[in-house]
Amino acid sequence: MTREILCCERLSVELGGVRILHDLSFSVREGEFIAIVGPNGGGKTTLLRVILGLQKPSGGSIRVFGAEPGHTVARIGYVPQRLFFDRDFPLSVRDAVLMGRIALKTPFQHYNRQDREAADEALETVGLDALGSRRIGALSGGEFQRALIARALAGNPELLLLDEPTASVDPGMKTTIYDLLDQLKTSMTILLVTHDTGTVSRFVSRVFCLNCSMVHREPPSAASGGAGIEQAYPYPVDLLVHHAAGKADVTNQP
Amino acid sequence: MPEELFAFGFLRNAVLASLLASIACGIIGSYVVVKKIGFISGGIAHTAFGGIGLGYYLGINPLLGIIPFSLGAAIAIGLLSRKARVAEDTAIGAFWAVGMASGVILIGLTPGYAPNLFSYLFGNILTVPESDLWLIALLDLIIGATTWMFSKEFLALSFDEEYAEVSGVRTTLFYLLLLCLIALTVVILVRVVGIVLVIALLTIPASIARVFSRSLGAMMLIASGISALFSLAGLWLSWQLDLASGATIIILAGLAFLLLHTVRLAVSFLRAR
Repeated sequence: MTREILCCERLSVELGGVRILHDLSFSVREGEFIAIVGPNGGGKTTLLRVILGLQKPSGGSIRVFGAEPGHTVARIGYVPQRLFFDRDFPLSVRDAVLMGRIALKTPFQHYNRQDREAADEALETVGLDALGSRRIGALSGGEFQRALIARALAGNPELLLLDEPTASVDPGMKTTIYDLLDQLKTSMTILLVTHDTGTVSRFVSRVFCLNCSMVHREPPSAASGGAGIEQAYPYPVDLLVHHAAGKADVTNQP
Repeated sequence: MPEELFAFGFLRNAVLASLLASIACGIIGSYVVVKKIGFISGGIAHTAFGGIGLGYYLGINPLLGIIPFSLGAAIAIGLLSRKARVAEDTAIGAFWAVGMASGVILIGLTPGYAPNLFSYLFGNILTVPESDLWLIALLDLIIGATTWMFSKEFLALSFDEEYAEVSGVRTTLFYLLLLCLIALTVVILVRVVGIVLVIALLTIPASIARVFSRSLGAMMLIASGISALFSLAGLWLSWQLDLASGATIIILAGLAFLLLHTVRLAVSFLRAR
């Protein structure tokens, strides 16, 4: 029996009187690779923010590694959705990745050799070891995204949270990033927010369809006809039927 | 000027003050530029005018009056914008004006004439007494030691605040600490360029340095050097041409800033063709 990493019970979030998440219950076990899909405004990013402790729930409960969110930060790696950042920031790629170690340090400590080695290792994992001394602003979109993943990996997390890591990269880089996640899933639990409903089903163990409440949480089977995804998205979607074996068939919904 | 340097104690003090002020200016100016908090710094500096009024009113060194005012402004602006859902520029605007107004009232309540008031507004580096040099050195030490101790927190806060928070860094606390260090830098720079001109010395040297730096540490070193260069060149020029020293320093810095960015624009324009 694998450990429970994340557990939500009847979780609700309201922001300024607007209901963002409603009555959400699910749990994630160690080693799972879960894709969270759903329309914009469906609460995907809010769910990540709740898990990270950046957003307080207005109802229900959430436990991350058995504790309140925000108390187990050193065990979580976070890859934010960053479309805009300061390209003129005087910072090398290696130093940016080194920041992924900050959760493991107390305020008066400086980064040491062990931290630098972990950062170099993370750069190697994402294939950026040759660009470590380059200025962060000189990276391409896909390279920058991989640098953010390296930053999250530098702290050797047990749970990796990614917010649309492929939103602004070309198809080739998308494949590179998914291959990377496919390789990482053997050593950590992964929660991926994405719009790539097609591509991800080859890699993931479960798909959560989120539109305020959890519309569907198991892989849509041929029998159900993918009713869940249709409920999550208020418009026709390319539906992938996800088999347990990991193969996917494309069904084009009218 | 070298022989005059030894002949006149006030000139030696002016040179020392320029060099000491450049240290804080380079370190804190770099954070101001990368975190884009130039106008908070301007707000803190102008609020400090209330402290100068307090200094006159109590009959103490106005620099000592600035310290509680600028620190108070730093914490109040920071807390209002972070915790009380007041827009940051609104908080800055309110403190900016209220600080200056309380300065005017306190100076008005002080019997007699307020000597050297102009020098606190626009700086007069030629009148720095030795006691102020020690104060500036002490503040430099506090600023340098604090940024060294918390360099990784300040870097994380500047580059990606949300990530820092997610990683367990107490971002509001460190943000307030950074604003307090800006407040102390303001105290130092008031001697050199005055309250009104502080904002230029906090932003221009660091923004020039950023073009040539690959790390925040390098940016701080280069910014300190550039700041020292502007201060000493401005001091020399104002001495030679009998101009106001603070304003001369700022005009020099502004010209260098304009020149650099014009050249950069021209280069990128020519490359694009």
